[in-house]
Amino acid sequence: MSETPVDADEVRHVADLARIDLDEDEVDRFAVQFADILSYFDALDDVPEVEAEADLVNVMREDEVRDGLSQEEALQNAPETEDGYFKGPSVS
Amino acid sequence: MSLDAFITRETIDGADDGPLAGHTVAVKDNISTDGVRTTCGSAMLDDYVPPYDATVVERLKDAGATIVGKTNMDEFGMGTTTETSAFGPTKNPVDESRVPGGSSGGSAAAVAAGEADFALGSDTGGSVRCPAAFCGVVGIKPTYGLVSRYGLVAYANSLEQIGPFARTVEGAAEVLEVIAGPDDNDATTREEGADATYADAADGDVEGLTIGVPTELIEGADERVVETFEDALADLEAQGAETHEVSLPSVERAVQAYYVIAMSEASSNLARFDGVRYGPATEAEGNWNETFAAVREEGFGDEVKRRILLGTYALSAGYHDKYYAKAQDARAWLKQDFDEALAEADVLASPTMPVLPFELGESLDDPLQMYLADANTVPVNLANLPAISVPAGEADGLPVGLQLIGGAFDERTIIRAASAVA
Repeated sequence: MSETPVDADEVRHVADLARIDLDEDEVDRFAVQFADILSYFDALDDVPEVEAEADLVNVMREDEVRDGLSQEEALQNAPETEDGYFKGPSVS
Repeated sequence: MSLDAFITRETIDGADDGPLAGHTVAVKDNISTDGVRTTCGSAMLDDYVPPYDATVVERLKDAGATIVGKTNMDEFGMGTTTETSAFGPTKNPVDESRVPGGSSGGSAAAVAAGEADFALGSDTGGSVRCPAAFCGVVGIKPTYGLVSRYGLVAYANSLEQIGPFARTVEGAAEVLEVIAGPDDNDATTREEGADATYADAADGDVEGLTIGVPTELIEGADERVVETFEDALADLEAQGAETHEVSLPSVERAVQAYYVIAMSEASSNLARFDGVRYGPATEAEGNWNETFAAVREEGFGDEVKRRILLGTYALSAGYHDKYYAKAQDARAWLKQDFDEALAEADVLASPTMPVLPFELGESLDDPLQMYLADANTVPVNLANLPAISVPAGEADGLPVGLQLIGGAFDERTIIRAASAVA
């Protein structure tokens, strides 16, 4: 049994956080699958702590103007635009 | 009979001259092509047309390659079979009742069927090596930072690299030579590989090469796969290579760590698909959040939803330390294990996939079983190392892949070793 039981309410809560609507069938199916998968993930509990040394250095560059996309190019895939802007639904 | 290897067929001409002049290349549909539809295998990007080329596409064109189309793939790279594509599954050219592997299944199938000389795929947890193994071609997952990801639609940035497919090791190395090297537009690329050559490393000379065989990657594999793998290894020994067993206890936690990290990164990366800048127009009424959720319900398939939700869960308050932080520990542990094993061996060898290619439809209902099939490929991404899958032979008429893993930026050694595999 998983230490992290998943029920339909939990799936709905996470779907809400992730902004994805689910129908009832999906909620039920995901609840069963998530219990299975999360219980498998429980095996991470016994992983030892390891000191990780990142052999990385910051990559810096001059802050200078370069060519980018034109406004038209940036908007070309938007379902809706208005006066050269993206058009979205109301915020609240 | 069509394999459905391509989502979009479109000819993009390259320069008149160059190392790849006269060669055709198929490009996975999550790699941006200026003016040519790039769907990521998703209904969300059904009509998305990038306004710029990925760096690797520019480099292919500069090298004289002719791009012949955009290949089918698991939606956003999430799958092991190419069946989660919104455009239907690709068939394996070796046996059309089987999957080609995934997620770059269309690219592997196109090369195996001779519909392109070469192809590009992307490998986040095995997505180049798995389909290479299942279709009987060569595939390379480069060291993290060798190849630019600029223009690759992100799924899990810390794990993925673009890599080549070809019917020969030398061919895959030639393509790698063209696409490798630093890029101002991807700050994770490194100087190593700027002037490196790879094709000339495919000389078949394995005299004195030491090969470590991680026991954990053999146990649990299908017997027929193990037998074919061991025959290929014996052949390398006959050519002067030496093999010894090694133990990598951390790989027993690699699948868990990989999925927690990949899903977490996916939940963040795929937040951009909100139906405003791109995505399907819906009739949904309501405020931003409601409209956003409706577009995402419509645009994403099951596996993508599953990964976004599980990633959101793993990062949410109360679960972050239990899942995400532990997965990062496992990743550091894996790197340490690989460093130790590669201090005693030039390369490590395993079967690429522990199983033979699945029947179409066989694995879709049980996501966890599908994830487990990635046991031998995901450790390499977590450790940021290079690996190649090369055909090792056949079992029951189906291809078996041999995976060779090398030290960071030591692509030449895995290419040399792979070129000796018959």
